[in-house]
Amino acid sequence: MPRDAVLHRVRTALGRGAGAPIPDPPPARIRIPEVDLESRIASFRTRIEALAGETCLAPSPEQARAAVAAAVEGKTAVASNAPFLAECGIPGLAGVRSGITDPAELRRQCAAADVGITSADYALADTGTLVMLSSLQEARLVSLLPPAHIAVVPRGRILTGLDELFSLLPRPAEQTSSMVLITGPSRTADIEQILVRGVHGPGRVTVVIV
Amino acid sequence: MSAEFQQHIHDTLADGRLQSAVYTSTGRLKEGRSAVVAHDVLPDYQELRTQANAIKKHAIENLDHYLEEFERNVEAHGGRVVWCKDGSEVADFVLELAKERGARLIVKSKSMLTEEIDLNERLERHGLESVETDLGEYIIQLAHERPYHIVAPALHKTREQVADLFTARLHVPHETVIEKQTATARAVLREKFLAADIGISGANFLVADSGAIVLVENEGNARLATSAPKIHIAIAGIEKIVPRAQDLATFLKLLARSATGQLLSVYTSFLSGPRRPDEIDGPEEFYVVLVDNGRTRLLQEREKRQSLYCIRCGACLNACPVYRKIGGHSFPWVYSGPIGAILTPQFLGVQREPALPFASSLCGACAEVCPVKIDIPKALLDLRCEVKKAEMREKQNRLEKLAFRVFAWVMSHPRIYEMAGRMAGSAFPEENAGWLRRVPGLMNFGPMRAWADQRDLPPPPARSFREMWRRR
Repeated sequence: MPRDAVLHRVRTALGRGAGAPIPDPPPARIRIPEVDLESRIASFRTRIEALAGETCLAPSPEQARAAVAAAVEGKTAVASNAPFLAECGIPGLAGVRSGITDPAELRRQCAAADVGITSADYALADTGTLVMLSSLQEARLVSLLPPAHIAVVPRGRILTGLDELFSLLPRPAEQTSSMVLITGPSRTADIEQILVRGVHGPGRVTVVIV
Repeated sequence: MSAEFQQHIHDTLADGRLQSAVYTSTGRLKEGRSAVVAHDVLPDYQELRTQANAIKKHAIENLDHYLEEFERNVEAHGGRVVWCKDGSEVADFVLELAKERGARLIVKSKSMLTEEIDLNERLERHGLESVETDLGEYIIQLAHERPYHIVAPALHKTREQVADLFTARLHVPHETVIEKQTATARAVLREKFLAADIGISGANFLVADSGAIVLVENEGNARLATSAPKIHIAIAGIEKIVPRAQDLATFLKLLARSATGQLLSVYTSFLSGPRRPDEIDGPEEFYVVLVDNGRTRLLQEREKRQSLYCIRCGACLNACPVYRKIGGHSFPWVYSGPIGAILTPQFLGVQREPALPFASSLCGACAEVCPVKIDIPKALLDLRCEVKKAEMREKQNRLEKLAFRVFAWVMSHPRIYEMAGRMAGSAFPEENAGWLRRVPGLMNFGPMRAWADQRDLPPPPARSFREMWRRR
């Protein structure tokens, strides 16, 4: 059995017996700074805009709906099943497909759509990052296949950064099979170090902060 | 120094275009890194390095414990862990699974381990199509080359070369605008993603307490390869383990900064198991292949273990004055630069390219930028020592071989043997109570003398057995 062979080699090399106790690991390093919400929002916007992502502030769900409506006008879009999008009335917009739960159907729609609309479970202020946990509300492909991604996020979900995220979710795997951190539009610099956006994922990312 | 190593270095130095491409690109990556680890933007950078080093050290020294914990947690989430000693076991597993599921097309995201074991070639030999989807990896796969740089595999290619390559291999019009080249790759690869049966990824980290793999990338190809196909196989070296998800708060801050000067890569995926019943999409099957391929050999020696802390950020390549002159393809294996100079001899033996640990000025730039504090210059010195010891052994072996050749020749020629016997008898060495104290000639030199000094020999008889037999 390769399993036993590999483990045996590891143990022999380390001089450890099977199931031998281990010393405590160094404590995890989690430092959460005190940053008020307005500064978090400002930092989030600065960071994502520095990466050529776009942001807009919508004081109310209706204004968020209007912002999304303007962005998808004349285009086809797929919206995730996030309750917050429903609160904003986004699934009812013209050209927006939503309520898809069948994976094959979802994939077809996402592959053809111009825009994918999601919410986000969290956002990180110090890096300009969206945090998406896969669920029945949020599918993986909506923020991935269409060439543009719009995320509509309640402002209270903007955390300070990675440390706060991992202190809220010390074990993300207990909640989802897939947690993705999205920091700006898809990009590459693989040819001559020239920056090109939208390689495989969306080349445009817009965050509507409600 | 092997002729091959010398030739590659010579060719790279003689190619002005390549010199400027490597120098500019690594320079840009280097400056990008410096800007985001500077004290005023990341005051706790040094603390993070110390923490990263401590965690890696702890994880490596208790590796069996964390591997088993990782396995339990992957299985608890409906995934499966497969253990492999080497590349052929990895290929066998993938081939067997592909056969069972009737799979033909594989999309791959970047993985240095699969480069180590030539996975694509192994799979393609058995009729599977395995397509690299990271743009740089895709380019070098089309060109049948190995990565020039750990994080920027096609760093040496110009847009003209990419245009030629795409025209020749993809039969598209000649196009030198980089945006359009990227769009071509996107279109070709998008079809592959949607048609693929299996997605293969590497793993930047294996998280023991979660049974999760972490993938860090900028293009979205790793997300697609792990989300679109029905089967996801992650292939990773056993050293990639970190104990807890919370440790990522340390490592993620260091990895992208050190690699490309980003605060975080565009996409960081934390994947644990196949799609769950309460999720819409994702793979139906999830496998993590844990590969040894020489790693346990490094584990045996305390000083070598630290090479297994490497998180493959490539910062040491960009900082290295030698890499920046001789480039990635001068190095004899898939890992180049300072980390390649220590990994290659440790994995493949110092004889693979004895000059490699000497191809360094020991300036220490690599150690200074390493986010997990691997003491590369010290490792290079240790390896130099090993090379020298191996050379001495080799010299001794040569002498010994020569001695045995002479001995065999004498023994297989009866006349010569007899003559030698007579000569030995007539040499009259010093005698002491019927024993020979000292043997004349060759035996008085070097190691032979040390050997002979401790031993007394019986003197040769006046008449040999052969002589007595003849006169019988």
